[in-house]
Amino acid sequence: MSLEYTASEMMSVTAARALENGTTCFVGIGLPSEAANLARLTHAPDVVLIYESGTLQTKPDILPLSIGDGELCESALTTVAVPEMFRYWLQGGKVNVGFLGTAQIDRFANLNTTLIGDYKAPKVRLPGGGGAPEIATNAGEVFITLKHSKRAFVKDVDFVTTLGFGRDGKGRDNVPNIGKGPTRVITDLCVMKPDPETKELMVVSLHPGVTREEVMDATGWEVRFADQLESTPEPSEKELEILRELKARTERAHTGE
Amino acid sequence: MAEFLSLHDAVARYVQDGATVAMEGFTHLIPFAAGHEVIRQKKRDLTLIRMTPDIIYDQLIGAGCAKKVIFSWGGNPGVGSLHRLRDAVEKGWPHKIEILEHSHAAMACAFEAGAAGLPLAVFRGYIGSELPSVNDQIKFIECPFTGERLAAVPSVRPDVSIVHAQRADRQGNVLVEGIVGVQKEAVLAAKHSIVTVEEIVDDLKAHPNACVIPSWAISAVAVAEKGALPSYTHGYYGRSNRFYKEWDVIARDRDTFTQWLDDNVYRAEENA
Repeated sequence: MSLEYTASEMMSVTAARALENGTTCFVGIGLPSEAANLARLTHAPDVVLIYESGTLQTKPDILPLSIGDGELCESALTTVAVPEMFRYWLQGGKVNVGFLGTAQIDRFANLNTTLIGDYKAPKVRLPGGGGAPEIATNAGEVFITLKHSKRAFVKDVDFVTTLGFGRDGKGRDNVPNIGKGPTRVITDLCVMKPDPETKELMVVSLHPGVTREEVMDATGWEVRFADQLESTPEPSEKELEILRELKARTERAHTGE
Repeated sequence: MAEFLSLHDAVARYVQDGATVAMEGFTHLIPFAAGHEVIRQKKRDLTLIRMTPDIIYDQLIGAGCAKKVIFSWGGNPGVGSLHRLRDAVEKGWPHKIEILEHSHAAMACAFEAGAAGLPLAVFRGYIGSELPSVNDQIKFIECPFTGERLAAVPSVRPDVSIVHAQRADRQGNVLVEGIVGVQKEAVLAAKHSIVTVEEIVDDLKAHPNACVIPSWAISAVAVAEKGALPSYTHGYYGRSNRFYKEWDVIARDRDTFTQWLDDNVYRAEENA
């Protein structure tokens, strides 16, 4: 039986499946938060979710609109001050996975959330770094999730807000006390992983029904495909049901006061 | 000991033109009532420090209060851009502002260092980021014991910090609950501080490890009921996510913003 689902749902379910049960995950707002909570509500009930607002081991019933929604604090094991969050819990090495979104990503998985254009005369000013620069280097590894498009997937980012593997792919070489960096990028078309040698992102798995041409058309560099290219498993009925309920609950809560 | 003042008098006394001001509250407990008072009193040339400028600094920037903004994430949380911040940076309206941007870790550490009376914060950060190339306040130092290269930023030492909290007792001791952000650090790092509270109570009923800021560490306490709206006060009222979404429309256009400011900030005083 083939289920009906959207590309966005495919992305969220695939991103959720990347999180193993028992993992401690520092969660970014938006798509990462959706995926991390879907993981918690499906195969990973013991995943520990941490948000930079200081909420440790939180279990929100609805997805937060902001990183500091009351729901995160009320459903958390405990809430600590923001300096403690970054110093003890993140820098102290207690986080296995940092889960991030971004506006722009390049072939070496560097992230740009600062601006499009030139720094002194920006074409588009983006929000800035937030927690990402240190999440990406202090977490054990990093998962990234965003929609695939040529504007987002560029050969070189306009500005490296957050380190992937640097402009030459060697940005983490010989740096002490640094995490593995991005180990997978989950989009609405495919899953990418860095080449073990060059660190350039390559497609390792195509979502059902997606062609190589579609991925090439939505990527701003000549993207490579793994020799053993896989097909991403479809979402299950249960995953889709839980994801849709979560999003409906969230929508209801956010359109009220 | 903290002095109980009206919000008007507290802002008039402690927020001077040209001052460095930190209005903190990490999404929660954002001191909007105090921000509006600063706008009404037409304070100018302020250096505004906040990890997340949020709507409150969007309003202050659009109202012409800011000379410089120091921040680490300048968006409308969960919604999109801060249009007044962008208009000032990209188009210079109502005037050009300087920006200095950091990461959250850097600013959190800088507030903590300010509270600790240190000149700088040291942390493991900014590795591989290009932010140090556009912010000359980010440096790297070598650990004298291990040789590790670590990031250093100056501590935050505001002229005045303004935060909102649940309640104060009659001596002016303040209890902060929920997401406590960097509020305590902001108050302790500043020369002067104003704390607005939802209410004054006889007994804070604080447990032994609660986040309590003693009266003698605060300059002024002012009552501002619903003083954090459209942000929220844990235990009192929720965040108006609806207003955060509406703000996207209000702030996108200079005229609708100016009208909103007239109706909701300048004229609110006459109605008070």
